[in-house]
Amino acid sequence: MPKTLYQKIWDAHVIESNGDTALIYIDRHLVHEVTSPQAFEGLRNARRKLRRPELTLAVPDHNLPTTARIDPSGTILPIADPQSAAQLAALEKNTAEFGVPYIGATDRNQGIVHVIGPEQGFTLPGTTLVCGDSHSAAHGALGALAFGIGTSEVEHVMATQTLMLSQSKSMEVRVDGALNAGVSPKDLILHIIGVIGTAGGTGHVIEYRGKVFEEMSIEGRLTVANMSIEGGARAGLIAPDDKSFAYLKDRPMAPKGEQWETAVRYWKTLHTDDGAQFDKSVTINAAVVAPSVTWGTSPEDVVPITGHVPDPMSFADPSKQAAAQKSLDYMGLAAGTKMQDVEIENIFIGSCTNSRIEDLRAAASILRGRKKANGVKWAIVVPGSGLVKEQAEAEGLDEIFTQAGFEWREPGCSACLGMNPDKVPTGERCASTSNRNFVGRQGPGSRTHLVSPAMAAAAAVTGKLTDIRDF
Amino acid sequence: MKAIKCVSGRAYPFGRENIDTDIIIPAKWLKTISRTGLGEGAFETLRAEADNMFDNPEYAGSPILIAGDNFGCGSSREHAAWAMADMGIAAVIAPSFSDIFSGNAFKNGMLAIELPQEAVDRLMEVAQTDPIHIDLENQVVTTAFQDRFPFEMDSFRKNCLLNGLDEIGLTMQRDNAITDHEADLQQQQPWLIPSR
Repeated sequence: MPKTLYQKIWDAHVIESNGDTALIYIDRHLVHEVTSPQAFEGLRNARRKLRRPELTLAVPDHNLPTTARIDPSGTILPIADPQSAAQLAALEKNTAEFGVPYIGATDRNQGIVHVIGPEQGFTLPGTTLVCGDSHSAAHGALGALAFGIGTSEVEHVMATQTLMLSQSKSMEVRVDGALNAGVSPKDLILHIIGVIGTAGGTGHVIEYRGKVFEEMSIEGRLTVANMSIEGGARAGLIAPDDKSFAYLKDRPMAPKGEQWETAVRYWKTLHTDDGAQFDKSVTINAAVVAPSVTWGTSPEDVVPITGHVPDPMSFADPSKQAAAQKSLDYMGLAAGTKMQDVEIENIFIGSCTNSRIEDLRAAASILRGRKKANGVKWAIVVPGSGLVKEQAEAEGLDEIFTQAGFEWREPGCSACLGMNPDKVPTGERCASTSNRNFVGRQGPGSRTHLVSPAMAAAAAVTGKLTDIRDF
Repeated sequence: MKAIKCVSGRAYPFGRENIDTDIIIPAKWLKTISRTGLGEGAFETLRAEADNMFDNPEYAGSPILIAGDNFGCGSSREHAAWAMADMGIAAVIAPSFSDIFSGNAFKNGMLAIELPQEAVDRLMEVAQTDPIHIDLENQVVTTAFQDRFPFEMDSFRKNCLLNGLDEIGLTMQRDNAITDHEADLQQQQPWLIPSR
């Protein structure tokens, strides 16, 4: 019987099945400082250890300030916020105590978990990969079944290298044709979420299929799969292909030599068979996708940059009308306003969605020889990892950013989530390459417009949301 | 985990859709290394509004929350379930939940009960004045007005909740099966798992 890619990976990981639930083996576990301390504490209290510490990789990212970490004399700088400092110290202590491989805050390989997993070759096709973070879906870009888990599940994986799961349904998101000039993978995934809604993929694993994804770079695929959770799907998959293998070859933790050849032979079987059935299917014509921007406080509140702030009464559903009105009040926007007339005070280029080298190149190509507008008070670029930062500096991108008036920062989650010093002030707007425009997400009272890296750069130059195609 | 058989009492007639976990507990509260004490930050932005129901003496301390579609979407933070438990919530009733939130609720012995929109609408009405009763054993939500709404519950989860089972302990009893799987993996995909 023909199988979907999801079914193949699921079947290969079932240890035991018991009606509704199955015991699933977990091949890879990424750990960060925020969702792990209570899990380590649970192990300690029950006198348990990690079953497979070598299948685990820990790195700090969420809490870590993105300002300099080492002073010119080589001394490690202290972290000002005592709670953040305690949580970061707990990760270092816990990983040492339990023997978990750990990349420290000042290591050149440090970065956002979802950037370093692929970068190190820790993420591999056909694996099950989990992390106590919902954007784990990103790793599906390389054909890993990857999803976010809560802290109790983190502890369960640590103790047993398994999870008790019920199988999800399968959903196909097919995009055929080709994206127009100026339309990036970020614009596409925002458009998709606008179409399916934030609960469109709930209970499902999405597989992204079609010409557009086949043509897309691995970094673009990571951006798309990353935001699967914003469409409600715990995981998003893209079948591994020659591009995936080329991306992974010679990465530090990827297989080598003869094992590499064997691995690639197996990975080539990881695709949905002809005739396999999906529980749900959505088709999108690439040609209709424009540069996208959000107007509200849910990632499904998407319009093309050429569009307007919608009238809440234009929604058919009365509860959506009320929600839209609340969103507009929070965002300080009036129905009918042209999106391109919305003025922006803050620019954030970074996050696990858009902080890889191609993202930085796209933003820098807009900013080369230009400066941020006077109305833009704060503009930062936060590379996804130390290696991305090194690469960008080797290409001179850091100079383009700083000459344009941006701050060039150290790797971390930064202004994506308002739990480190990088925050958007109350009542101010941010054109942000991150993934969530929730109320208070970038700091209390912050107003977020989700955009692509090039669109964020263009907004910095004009001081308004701007159509990149006009540049 | 504490065994749970039923939840009875007043309910917050909250009803809002797409409540994300940033609303349930903002990120600044996630710096804790403990599971307790998060009730203070629960629904912080909503509680800043005058006349919010969470601080209304009529509902404050209710063990049940009635919410709209897609409750708990967004971040995987289990702090959302911990914060709600810390403010005394033992069960949430909604037309649908995000997958991660319902899992996190379950792990903390909190009931996440899905009912059709019409049933939720009716319970929203009842909750204005009267208590609601959730019977896990018989999988039914009832009121003093003869309302009776049966709900679905995964049999594994139900068993764990009714008996307060430690899921990690249960899985550790399957050690032989896990070891066999690892041995197969070492044969078939040796690059995935180093042999010992």
